[in-house]
Amino acid sequence: MPIDSKDVTWVEEPEMGFWESSFLPAIVDGLKTTLKHVIKYEPTTQQYPEEKPELPQNYRGVHRLNRDEKGRVKCVACFLCATACPARCIYITAAPAPKTEEWVDRDKYPAKFDIDELRCIGCGMCEEACPVDAIEMTSLYDLTGMSRAEMLFDREKLLSVYDKTINSGKDPARTTRGRLGPASTMVTPEVIAGSSDEKRVPVQAVPEPGSGGH
Amino acid sequence: MHPLLITLLTIGGVLGGTLGACSYLIYIERKLAAFIQDRVGPNRVGPFGLLQPIADGLKFLLKEDVIPAHVDKFLFILSPAISVFTTLLAFSVVPFGAASKDGIFPWIIAPQVDLGIVFIFAVSSLAVYGVILGGWASNNKYSALGSLRASAQVISYEIPLGMSVLGIALLGGTLNLEEVIKVQATGLAGWNFWYQPLACLIFFIAALAESNRLPFDLSECEQELIGGYHTEYGALKFALFFLAEYTHVITISFLTVILYFGGWHFPWFATAASNYAGAEFVKFGVLLFKVLSVIILIMFIRWTIPRFRFDQLMGLAWKVLIPLATANVVLTMVVREFDLNRWWLTVGSFVLFLTAGFLAIDPLGRSRATKRRRPAAAVPVAGGHHAH
Repeated sequence: MPIDSKDVTWVEEPEMGFWESSFLPAIVDGLKTTLKHVIKYEPTTQQYPEEKPELPQNYRGVHRLNRDEKGRVKCVACFLCATACPARCIYITAAPAPKTEEWVDRDKYPAKFDIDELRCIGCGMCEEACPVDAIEMTSLYDLTGMSRAEMLFDREKLLSVYDKTINSGKDPARTTRGRLGPASTMVTPEVIAGSSDEKRVPVQAVPEPGSGGH
Repeated sequence: MHPLLITLLTIGGVLGGTLGACSYLIYIERKLAAFIQDRVGPNRVGPFGLLQPIADGLKFLLKEDVIPAHVDKFLFILSPAISVFTTLLAFSVVPFGAASKDGIFPWIIAPQVDLGIVFIFAVSSLAVYGVILGGWASNNKYSALGSLRASAQVISYEIPLGMSVLGIALLGGTLNLEEVIKVQATGLAGWNFWYQPLACLIFFIAALAESNRLPFDLSECEQELIGGYHTEYGALKFALFFLAEYTHVITISFLTVILYFGGWHFPWFATAASNYAGAEFVKFGVLLFKVLSVIILIMFIRWTIPRFRFDQLMGLAWKVLIPLATANVVLTMVVREFDLNRWWLTVGSFVLFLTAGFLAIDPLGRSRATKRRRPAAAVPVAGGHHAH
């Protein structure tokens, strides 16, 4: 289909006057601009290792596994995050909750919960998928390791990321702190809103349920 | 002292001084670039990054010296050497102070070379062989393109460069750089800049192009040619190319100052008559100050003006600079022949500049609007062939 000539708009290059075609005023103008930056010197760069960047609260860095109000792992091993993960980097082994006093209100828990941080693409879909707000991404960005095995974060390491970040001021629990998320108990949004006023004390880790052997 | 010993000492001093100056000029350039772009610049090595040039130099020295398998080995190694050799050689006739036979120090490596300016042009245009051979020996299309551009550019700009200096040779009756300064050292009004402002502009532009600096760095532009002729070079051989470029910048800054801005001369305290203790060093300082100002200007221009397109580059040389430089030479000849007042040269320069500007707007007296406007009906449409 040829272009109709009436659809063509001809753009003419702007006419250059005497001073413009001599280029000198433009050069002087340019030099003034560069000189202004040298005289009014205000660097906009950050000196990284000394100055840390101010990250937004929804920054998607290293994952953490949140603890509930009793200090247990909040995850209920529903596999939604592993299903949602486009990079397939979450590996969960579910187990029935131990028959102890402590776990009486829970059916299932993750016996193993591994995230391959090298595979993770930082999309945050695990966080979106989690019905109980157990998995969250923190603002830790400078993740390094000497080996691949080191970057395979297991459950305890993910929980320790929670302990490290929860009271740092930078990474508050973004949803209902302590309690399981809305899917676990059919609570109303008002109750959830009230629960976020809880005092910020790190909850103590409970003894490993699997360590007793069952 | 034996004159040979003094000469050797001078050569050593100039070599060391130039190389040291080069590395710290690179530091200044990087800092200046950072300031212009609202960055901090090198600040890790030493206070304010002052030891950065040393770290860079060490890095260049200690890096593995890779010679790719597909290159012409002999020419590949030869070309950086040619570049540095020729640019340093050009410096041998440049006086870097008030050169005289009577003083304790000659302030020039090869005193009283009557060929002075011609020698510098002859030698420094040899530097393009380094670039051409480097690009050719690299056996790489980008490098070859870069060196082709460099050769076309340097040969074109050689002409306005030489022409612009002819006026000075006519005015002072000498090509000897020491004499050129002495001719100007009669007072502030003696500086050649006042009589050859147009030539000074042409010289400066052409010299920038000669040294392959932005906005004329078409032979080594990173974006188009991935470095151009030095794409295949690394370690010390790349450093030599870099050094050659900076030495060239220093040389053209010296030449600009010596030819147009009175060299070591400054009224009141650095005149031909001043012979107080340490006057030589004051003159040396004055010259260095002027040279540094020109170098800083060159750096500012680098971070201000974007690169030319190749046809613009050639157009500037052949359609603007060469005719203007020729007209300027004719003007100078007329003034000298009829013994007119020298200030007529200033007037004439401005008249030439204005004429060139008006010619650029309206070359043949036709209105630009009628010349350029294309009727919409004249658009060739793809389906038009069926009508035939």
